[in-house]
Amino acid sequence: MIRDFSYFKASTVKEALNLLEEHKEDNKIICGGQSLLILMRQGLVAPKNLIDIKNIKELSYVNFDPKGGLKIGATTTHRTIEKSTLVKEHFPVLIELEENLASVQTRNWGTIGGNLAHADPAGDPGPMFIALNAKVKVSSKKKEHTLPLEEFFVDYFETVLEENELLLEVHLPVIPPKTAVAYEKFNIIKNDQGIVSVAASITVGDDGLTCKDSRIVLGAAAATPIRAKQAEQLLIGQKLDDGLLEGVGLKASEESDPVPDIHATEEYRRELVKVLTKRMVKKAWHQSQALA
Amino acid sequence: MEKQLLHITVNNEYHEIYIKPKRLLVEVLRDELGLTGTKRGCNTGACCACTVLIDGAAVKSCSVLAIQADSKEVTTVEGLADGDKLTSLQRSFLDHGAYQCGFCTSGMLISATALLNENPKPKKEQIKEAIHGNICRCTGYNSIIRAVQAVVEGKYREEG
Repeated sequence: MIRDFSYFKASTVKEALNLLEEHKEDNKIICGGQSLLILMRQGLVAPKNLIDIKNIKELSYVNFDPKGGLKIGATTTHRTIEKSTLVKEHFPVLIELEENLASVQTRNWGTIGGNLAHADPAGDPGPMFIALNAKVKVSSKKKEHTLPLEEFFVDYFETVLEENELLLEVHLPVIPPKTAVAYEKFNIIKNDQGIVSVAASITVGDDGLTCKDSRIVLGAAAATPIRAKQAEQLLIGQKLDDGLLEGVGLKASEESDPVPDIHATEEYRRELVKVLTKRMVKKAWHQSQALA
Repeated sequence: MEKQLLHITVNNEYHEIYIKPKRLLVEVLRDELGLTGTKRGCNTGACCACTVLIDGAAVKSCSVLAIQADSKEVTTVEGLADGDKLTSLQRSFLDHGAYQCGFCTSGMLISATALLNENPKPKKEQIKEAIHGNICRCTGYNSIIRAVQAVVEGKYREEG
């Protein structure tokens, strides 16, 4: 049973920031509400004031420029992203992610900003966006600032957002040359949340063989999406071979800190991290070699 | 908590209703407007039995606050047929026995309608994708897919 709340609808960013400031003691922002309403129905979240930003049209956009990269407004729906020709042309890897994110119904109403701000460690965009070096733009009534998405997630369902702050935009910089990104989630039911997911980004050097840079990001393998930084380091300056992959998978598995739940034990998740890391690093490496 | 005025157009009919902001769209459709064709299945956003169209897009009415549908156009299963004239899809569902207990049928019809509005010639894979969130516990998926395919293949015409 959803508990009563006062409802406020914002049509502009300015209105939303004023409302957040006014009700900063006890508020919750709703956009698509595809995750939030489930928690509210279970009584796990019971805000006194609900601030609806779904109708803020100025935050619904997908822009690209060759220098800056891709910018997606917070209230953009998943469906808009997957249908975007700009995304298809410049970040095709996002299309597959979005198409497998949830049912069509959820993608039609749910938004990218809502997904990130909800901070479910099993969310799909988090790990992929971190692998893509994403930044997020956050604002309060008084000031606006930008931070790496990696620093946005603090804990289980918790972000750095203060009570009076709003997530405005996610910014994906242009993918560097000779770089490929791969993502896979393991789940039982298609388009369900991942039991574990892994995103890997590999940049090869001028020889087209040696790994110059790498990012490995694990989803649902800790309280937040996390980078497996030691595993990444093992790749630098190396050439692809199965022994190396084995070590990288193992290291990522050690770096993970999975929370056991009804879907899988800690041990099972660690095993999945190992397998998916090997698979995604290999896939991204092959793709980056093809680009070199 | 104070009720708020909801302005909503459902199946081309405009309504103004006072509701508590916590009311879900499925509750308002069923309990306030008496449109019980929309089914409330899992109540957790997992089964899609409650699928309706909001401004043409298929969404789960159990996962949308009614107040968020303010000033929008909603189509429920009752809004598909024109009086006694069923849509091609509805007739095809009948002919293909594309339901068993019938509980998922309204959601299936709405999801398939949204698909055909967007893409009149979907491939089988695209049909499966469009209804993949709609759960049929009788597992009658194959006849549902066949019913949609028959419409795609032009075996049904809209009755004039």
